[in-house]
Amino acid sequence: MQASPPLLAVEGITKRFGALEANNAVDLKVAPGEIHALLGENGAGKSTLVKIIYGLLRPDAGRLVWRGAPVAVESPRAARALGIGMVFQHFSLFEALTVAENVALALDGSAPLDEIAQRLSETSRAYGLPLDPKREVWRLSVGERQRVEIMRCLMQDPSLLILDEPTSVLTPQEAEGLFATLARLRAEGRSVLYISHKLDEVRRICEAATILRGGQVVAHCDPRAETAASLARMMMGGDVVPIRHDHIEAQGPVRLAVSALSLPPLHAHGIALANINLELRAGEVLGIAGVAGNGQDELFAALSGEELAPHDAAIVMDGVAVGRAGINERRRRGAAFVPEERLGHGAAPAMRLTENALLSGHATNGFLRYGLVERAKLTDFVGKVVRAFDVRKGPADPEARALSGGNLQKFVIGREIARKPGLLVVAQPSWGVDAGAAATIRQALMDLARAGSAVLVISQDLDELLEISDRLCVIFMGRLSPAMPTAEATRESLGLLMGGAGMAA
Amino acid sequence: MTLFEAIILTIITASTPLLIAAIGELVVERAGVLNLGVEGMMVIGAAAGIAAAITTGSSSFGVLVAVLAGMALSLVFAALVLGLAANQVAAGLALAILGLGLSGVIGAPFVGVQRAGIGKIEIPWLSEIPFLGPLLFRQDPFVYASIALVVAVWWFLTKSRAGLVLRAVGENHAAAHALGYPVRRIRLLAILFGGGCAGLAGAYMSLVYTPFWTSGMTAGRGWIALAIVVFASWLPFRAMLGAYLFGALTILQLHAQSAGVPLPSQFLAALPYLITILVLVLIMRARRGGAAGPASLGVPFVPDR
Repeated sequence: MQASPPLLAVEGITKRFGALEANNAVDLKVAPGEIHALLGENGAGKSTLVKIIYGLLRPDAGRLVWRGAPVAVESPRAARALGIGMVFQHFSLFEALTVAENVALALDGSAPLDEIAQRLSETSRAYGLPLDPKREVWRLSVGERQRVEIMRCLMQDPSLLILDEPTSVLTPQEAEGLFATLARLRAEGRSVLYISHKLDEVRRICEAATILRGGQVVAHCDPRAETAASLARMMMGGDVVPIRHDHIEAQGPVRLAVSALSLPPLHAHGIALANINLELRAGEVLGIAGVAGNGQDELFAALSGEELAPHDAAIVMDGVAVGRAGINERRRRGAAFVPEERLGHGAAPAMRLTENALLSGHATNGFLRYGLVERAKLTDFVGKVVRAFDVRKGPADPEARALSGGNLQKFVIGREIARKPGLLVVAQPSWGVDAGAAATIRQALMDLARAGSAVLVISQDLDELLEISDRLCVIFMGRLSPAMPTAEATRESLGLLMGGAGMAA
Repeated sequence: MTLFEAIILTIITASTPLLIAAIGELVVERAGVLNLGVEGMMVIGAAAGIAAAITTGSSSFGVLVAVLAGMALSLVFAALVLGLAANQVAAGLALAILGLGLSGVIGAPFVGVQRAGIGKIEIPWLSEIPFLGPLLFRQDPFVYASIALVVAVWWFLTKSRAGLVLRAVGENHAAAHALGYPVRRIRLLAILFGGGCAGLAGAYMSLVYTPFWTSGMTAGRGWIALAIVVFASWLPFRAMLGAYLFGALTILQLHAQSAGVPLPSQFLAALPYLITILVLVLIMRARRGGAAGPASLGVPFVPDR
């Protein structure tokens, strides 16, 4: 099929971190003008591989071949000189700097800032991704930030653009815009290495795929000739148990009522909550969709009691006003909370699992007697959670940070569910965990609701919400849309709400 | 010379060491490193400076040695926090204590030795302007240098590409590393600059301000410089404002005390601290939005490789 040599060939790349083999003899070829998917679960070695290609990591064995000639990519600068650009998933923009400054930092050379700003607004308009060079990045939406990242790569006129999970933070409409840009890049003869685990997306826009599992290539294929199920099997090496899927209309009593809740932003770059109203009944899962940074953190803090509401009646749990009540008070009333960030917020990284169980359960789980900790009860409790949620942990009582993301998340959620809470508020339940753990967690949330609890799920993952929620709301700029039954929600209508269209001002 | 002119002159002299030390620390913090050892580097500069000046008889050589001494001490700090990724707060505090102790040893043979301070530089013609002339154009070289430093640092941070890279490193070191910038080398240079400035500020104390050595003569000015950087929102000209405000209040409260203002002297002595913090906090609050400081400030950086 290929008459000319591939643009990039990865040959036998191996990279070890201590005992962990992140990449094991990985081969991969990207043809000119091709959108090539790199598929795999979390921890399959995708990020390690692209970091090697971009010169951020050095391989222990193997080589890169660029346009038919072996190259040593010593640094990102060297990668850029070859014509490789990369759009990172996280940690790559400077919030306090302007768009033009962010772009200038990624350009090698010493063009004056004004000239870069000028070129940036021209190029960004030409690609249909308009940007204001003078704005500071922290003022931009997530979609706009991604534009900055893409534009700063395109300004270097790359032959190969690496995109690391680009749509995980976008609304469906923003993702469409991205796909249009990618089509245009292909038409210009550029290649794209597209990292994702969204299979439908990959089948739509990519013409080749390399699938990694446990650091090894398990398949090269044409995703258009595969089904989502067959791709998932290759990624996971087995079938994922489908989730029982029955949306209901809950008739139970109201367990959580939020009325006219307003709250100032938590920090300088935060969002103020404006007149939030919602009602959550026993037996249902309510999903709150929205692009990151639209007030989810503030809403979670208000519900959990980390931030107190302005007046008591703003939050009512089981008929009792708790707006001014602290976290422990709310926990004693049967509520449980699982924050978004499992390391640092949900669990203390350097503390053992039993100690972490104590942290969220000291007020409610009877771990204390005369103010002293009863270790036997703690150990029993952790054992129960570990068995119920299949937490794989190695040593008997490891530190939280020693667990993989998926296992820690199962522990953090299991720790709360084991209490059989009347109300569970959970943010991003399956963020960054593999499909198996995600399925376990989602099933547990649905089972909890069916057993008579009320479950509130704040998530950016629309697929997840459509799967498990009975009703859905969208949060945008600190305002919450009215809830709609999931059966009536479409990706398009939700996407529009997530982008702020049709939201009452 | 009128009393008013004399007061203004003493205010400038009192403010200059604060300004020099603060502007150095400002650059360090903009690169994302919190060096709490300013006091230590300043006092070691003061001791080494006067020791070198007395031994060789050359003030210029004394100044040079003071700057080098400040840089040498900051190098210890850099080795700890960059080389070993040690906690910056602990390393900085240790540096402050180390500097105070070490300066006592260096300065011991020179206690009480008097020498003439560094003289003023008169700029021809301009210094003849009535009133303004002597104030602005008949100063010691440190005053000119401090103003030049502020302008240079401002230009460097806002206009130059190297300054942009330095700010980027302080803002998000992981991203700067991902773009291929040598985070630790840039931070090392910033730390050395901060050390040099602190040493220079120390030299001003022992060679101009009180031209003799006493142990612990910086008397907490390094800490004030640190506070000025924070309350100045990491902006050079605002740091200058803070330094001069503090210097002015220190001098004025002395005059107020001698004039017999019916307030407890302890309260008057505390006033410069209170008012400087109050004013800079109010300015900081008035400036809406924006990051509070370099986002990576104080976070150790360990590249994965």
